[in-house]
Amino acid sequence: MTNDLDIFVGNTTLIDEDVYRLWLDGFSVSDAVTLRLRSGILEQTGATVDVLQSDTMDHYRTFHMLERLLHTPSKLIHQLHFQIPPSRQAMLIERYYAFDESFVREVLGKKLSKGTKKDLDDISTKTNITLKSCRRQFDNFKRVFKVVEEMRGSLVENIQQHFLLSDRLARYYAAIVFFANSRFETGKKKLQFLTFEDFAYCAEQMIENWTLGAVDSNVDDMDVDLDKEFLQELKELKVLIADKDLLDVHKSLVCTSLRGKISVYNEMEANFKNLSRALVNIASKLTHNKDVRDFFIDLVEKFIEPCKSDKWTLNDVRLFLTQYMTSAHTVDAFRHQALWDRYMNTIKSCLLKMYHD
Amino acid sequence: MPGKLKVKIVAGRHLPVMDRASDLTDAFVEVKFGNTTFKTDVYPKSLNPQWNSEWFKFEVDDEDLQDEPLQITVLDHDTYSANDAIGKVYIDIDPLLYSEAATVISGWFPIYDTIHGIRGEINVVVKVDLFNDLNRFRQSSCGVKFFCTTSIPKCYRAVVIHGFVEELVVNEDPEYQWIDRIRTPRASNEARQRLISLMSGELQRKIGLKVLEMRGNAVVGYLQCFDLEGESGLVVRAIGTACTLDKISNTAFLPACNSPSKEMKESPLVHPPSHGCRSTHNSPIHTASGSRLTQNFSLSVPTLIYTGMGSGSAGKEGGPFKALLRQQTQTALEQREFPFFTLTAFPPGFLVHVGGVVSARSVKLLDRIHNPDEPETRDAWWAEIRQEIKSHAKALGCHAVVGYSESTSICEEVCILSASGTAAVLNPRFLQDGTMEGCLEQRTEETSPLGCGFCHIPYDELNMPFPAHLTYCYNCRKQKVPDVLFTTIDLPTEAMVIGKGCLIQARLCRLKKKAQAEANATSISNLLPFMEYEVHTQLMNKLKLKGMNALFGLRIQITVGENMLMGLASATGVYLTALPTPGGIQIAGKTPNDGTYEQHISHMQKKINDTIAKNKELYDINPPEIPEEIIGSPFPEPRQRSRLLRSQSESSDEVMELDLSHGKKDAFVLEIDDTDAMEDVHSLLTDVPPPPGFYSCNTEIMPGINNWTSDIQMFTSVRVSRLSNINLTNQTLNKNFNDLCENLLKSLYFKLRSMIPCCLCHVNFTVALPEDEVIQVTVTAVAITFDKNQALQTSKVPAAEKTLQRASTDNEEQLQFPLELCSDPLVSQPFSPAKAASLDKASPLAEGHLRHRSIPSCTNSSVSVVKMTPLSFIPRAKITKYLGIINMFFIRETTSLREEGGVSGFLHAFIAEVFAMVRAHVAALGGNAVVSYIMKQCVFMENPNKNQAQCLINVSGDAVIVVRESELEMVPVQPSAPVSQPTSAGGDVTT
Repeated sequence: MTNDLDIFVGNTTLIDEDVYRLWLDGFSVSDAVTLRLRSGILEQTGATVDVLQSDTMDHYRTFHMLERLLHTPSKLIHQLHFQIPPSRQAMLIERYYAFDESFVREVLGKKLSKGTKKDLDDISTKTNITLKSCRRQFDNFKRVFKVVEEMRGSLVENIQQHFLLSDRLARYYAAIVFFANSRFETGKKKLQFLTFEDFAYCAEQMIENWTLGAVDSNVDDMDVDLDKEFLQELKELKVLIADKDLLDVHKSLVCTSLRGKISVYNEMEANFKNLSRALVNIASKLTHNKDVRDFFIDLVEKFIEPCKSDKWTLNDVRLFLTQYMTSAHTVDAFRHQALWDRYMNTIKSCLLKMYHD
Repeated sequence: MPGKLKVKIVAGRHLPVMDRASDLTDAFVEVKFGNTTFKTDVYPKSLNPQWNSEWFKFEVDDEDLQDEPLQITVLDHDTYSANDAIGKVYIDIDPLLYSEAATVISGWFPIYDTIHGIRGEINVVVKVDLFNDLNRFRQSSCGVKFFCTTSIPKCYRAVVIHGFVEELVVNEDPEYQWIDRIRTPRASNEARQRLISLMSGELQRKIGLKVLEMRGNAVVGYLQCFDLEGESGLVVRAIGTACTLDKISNTAFLPACNSPSKEMKESPLVHPPSHGCRSTHNSPIHTASGSRLTQNFSLSVPTLIYTGMGSGSAGKEGGPFKALLRQQTQTALEQREFPFFTLTAFPPGFLVHVGGVVSARSVKLLDRIHNPDEPETRDAWWAEIRQEIKSHAKALGCHAVVGYSESTSICEEVCILSASGTAAVLNPRFLQDGTMEGCLEQRTEETSPLGCGFCHIPYDELNMPFPAHLTYCYNCRKQKVPDVLFTTIDLPTEAMVIGKGCLIQARLCRLKKKAQAEANATSISNLLPFMEYEVHTQLMNKLKLKGMNALFGLRIQITVGENMLMGLASATGVYLTALPTPGGIQIAGKTPNDGTYEQHISHMQKKINDTIAKNKELYDINPPEIPEEIIGSPFPEPRQRSRLLRSQSESSDEVMELDLSHGKKDAFVLEIDDTDAMEDVHSLLTDVPPPPGFYSCNTEIMPGINNWTSDIQMFTSVRVSRLSNINLTNQTLNKNFNDLCENLLKSLYFKLRSMIPCCLCHVNFTVALPEDEVIQVTVTAVAITFDKNQALQTSKVPAAEKTLQRASTDNEEQLQFPLELCSDPLVSQPFSPAKAASLDKASPLAEGHLRHRSIPSCTNSSVSVVKMTPLSFIPRAKITKYLGIINMFFIRETTSLREEGGVSGFLHAFIAEVFAMVRAHVAALGGNAVVSYIMKQCVFMENPNKNQAQCLINVSGDAVIVVRESELEMVPVQPSAPVSQPTSAGGDVTT
């Protein structure tokens, strides 16, 4: 005797969080049953495998029906089809839009296109995340991107409003959208030590300071695109390295104030010009899309790696960058103070976040 | 022109994309009532149109208002081709027709299409202006209230309970009309939905007229069903109980109740006189015997009768007072053709005695209906069956039938009509207008304060309709009681019970040969008595195995298929203190010479004894020991068991040892004389008890549990099983069916494990045989979490003292809170916010509520929660208003079954949609709950080869407004429901 049809429908939609996780992780029903068996659920409840199988199927069907609504969370809130308490709705949405660290590191900064989607197979093999789960995560990125890409107002707020995510998750999505839009390179081997959280932090800093939204809060794409004018102006900073006098003054100011405070004083003094050149060059090149993409590689190669090789501590880096930034204000011949701050504040925050001890 | 219907179409949302090119929709709405149609403007290029239409006004007769549904169709405008329908909403405007119910229908309704399901939502406002109609000969019955609830609804009191009303209307089934060959499935489904909606309206109106004739103002226990007869037509029939109800005005101050009929006691007006209506002092000779099933089968062509009743001996009266009483009640009832009541719970004092279950079945051939378009033939069929029920009741010395219900099972041209109920003696006080009250009350003696009155036999002991085993009542010691009691009603509130109850099911299959017409009908009616007999035996055995002595809410469903018959009986077993302690089950082998066989038998016996002991522990059944002498009956036991009576249901008594002088006085002997019997014993032991923390019953009240929390979950579960082996035997079939039901229950327990400790209430199984070798089982029930710690606090049975003590020491802390509340002197004062706040804090539930509120992103939800339950109440909440009856019929069809997730995906989505539409209608009426919800039909057909499936669902219930107990004024939470636990008076038991 086989059950052709086997369903359970509650007036309040029954949701099992454990099964939801398995479903989100992309396991097939039979794999999910095996995993649930391993969790010892049968011993706890005295149920049989058949019961577990039927229960899992039932939940999977429910989730499958809910998935359509989860694509537009506001629909899930207003729909009449499934009666779900608000706290449960929030849980469903939050978990559906959650993603795996290892997956997001693979996709971050890539174009969210069909081409990338084709690579999901490889990502799945590499990260050991099921293809199904990779697809869901990728589609989530893409969906959020499409919706907020051309929208006015704060990126995080827009995401929160349209996808009803928690503040933290909305910030992460803002980072993903921002990275995808400017196509920052994050996948190179040299960048592997950086976590998604590092990048998300940098993204937030850049959105806050370097986009159009930082100066004008009423323009299209304000938080997504970098402020082109600002990038253009950054060329002006070149004077700090091009003008030898300026460079020397800057150096001596920094050295004086750091003497005795920094543990790698000699290395710093020896390297000052290289480091300063690196930071200003990065700024001046940001007008080219390609260099924007390489922004993080440049930071790592030109600044972090040299410091690392000289065994700077995080505190050394902090002291140096703080001094490096503020001293420029006292360089008389340097006039681009506001521009300098707008640039350096973000660079400093990013570098400190990226500099792992 | 006595009514004006006004409709406004406000907006739509989440509409489907109808124009692939633009990914948008140009939607407009047609509003149709009767033959009048209005249209809104087209709202171009939007999935969330804002029509904000004018008020569309329909001037109509109130007759039409009752019959016609308001039909709202959402369409996509297309300049070049025909407009495409997006979907429809049918709104039953009946709730607007009586003053006490809803005044406006306003809200979001799912737009439903029979092929695509729900496609977005539409916001509609509906109002009705009624003009008073003074025409005496009117055809409408506006103003008569309908309730599905099978007890007197809360916030009403019964002035008079008039009695049985029934009606039946017939029409041609659109699916079988010639035009169906050329129209689309959608058109055909819609024609059917509309027709049933119309017929339901007509039926309700006609019943309303009958109620007005009886001078009633309401129908309680309204049950409407439809029969898809196929070629011969579509029948919609309904039964109910006409009443005159009075609204209790100060409802706000009545305590919220957790058990259905408690409230009636609170109402001083209905307060029972502590007088019953029977005189005992001069009638020591009571009538005799236990209540059993009586049955009668008839075919439309040859009529076979297996009458169970010895004779119409009921007329024999014991004494003058009793005779007088009988005359009075009889005159009260004999004015009615059928003294039937669809109620299952009654105002206190209404039910005097219960005789037992009466049932009648008859097999009919649908293709022999002379004039299929007219209701006469079916009317005659039902009249015949009701007549039988009436005579069975009479034979049991009863003048009325309560807990009455009717059902059908149809397979091709064969139809089994069934009716069943509980024979009873009623207090005439409620049956007629107050005039009789005075004269009666002087004569009536006290109803036993022990709450055992209803168990006392109503029939004549010396003239018992069938052999049974009587003893003196274990509570009052004055009257005779049977050894077991079967009823179709809920456990009366005054009944005293020891321990908890449990769901007991008897399951049975019988193969039959495929045959045509009369031959088929004959073979079915030949099988029926045997099935009935076996179902009864199974129930009896399982009851004994549980250590219990009474069944409530008994419902036996016989389903007919092409090549088999299925029987499924469900009931709730309890231990009534008034009835004798059930003896054990003894197994007797037929071949005592065989050593191994003997061993086997004794092994089985041990297993059975163990099971009984385990069950007694599980359900807290520990009745007090009673000295033997008291039990001895001073009257000769009736032993005249004539052979004649054997052939019918009286079954188990045949093997029962009736020798009372022995210690093992009522041990129940099972003779194992063949493999069949062996199988039976085996199957007895295969029923697994629910996992710890779970209880189940099919009645409203679960004895022994009375501290429900507000955590409820109503659900429907459906399973369709295909029997794989071709060489089916009765045994394998029985086993398969048994497994199917048991597995289904196991699955429910697993799914609802997060609600432990929990009770599944009102568990309602229905069986269908949609094709050969296919069994469909549908279960609807509600799971309610209860507070384990307080579960036993009210029990004061001396015998239960041990458990009680244990419970109270464990839970002193928990107990403090309710006690504090009770002793609060401020209780009768109106709402005091400060106190409400303090309770909010104290109650974990209220906290949970607050927590929900604090979830940030989702509080803007516009969807209000609507609770649903098959019970007549919502635990921890009080019904403040009945908004009207919900009676909905839906068809869903698909031609892309695989794409919709197969049969399971299809039906899962559909049932969820049905729930959604019920909730939306209730919310639009201003309600927040549906009580007495029932899924009356779920007809599922599939054709996997064609990738098609179709399903019809009919649901009903009462839309209500409930207020949470914690939001109400702080009335004392009555810690003890008088429902099921013997009160301190029960101490008499041991004397």
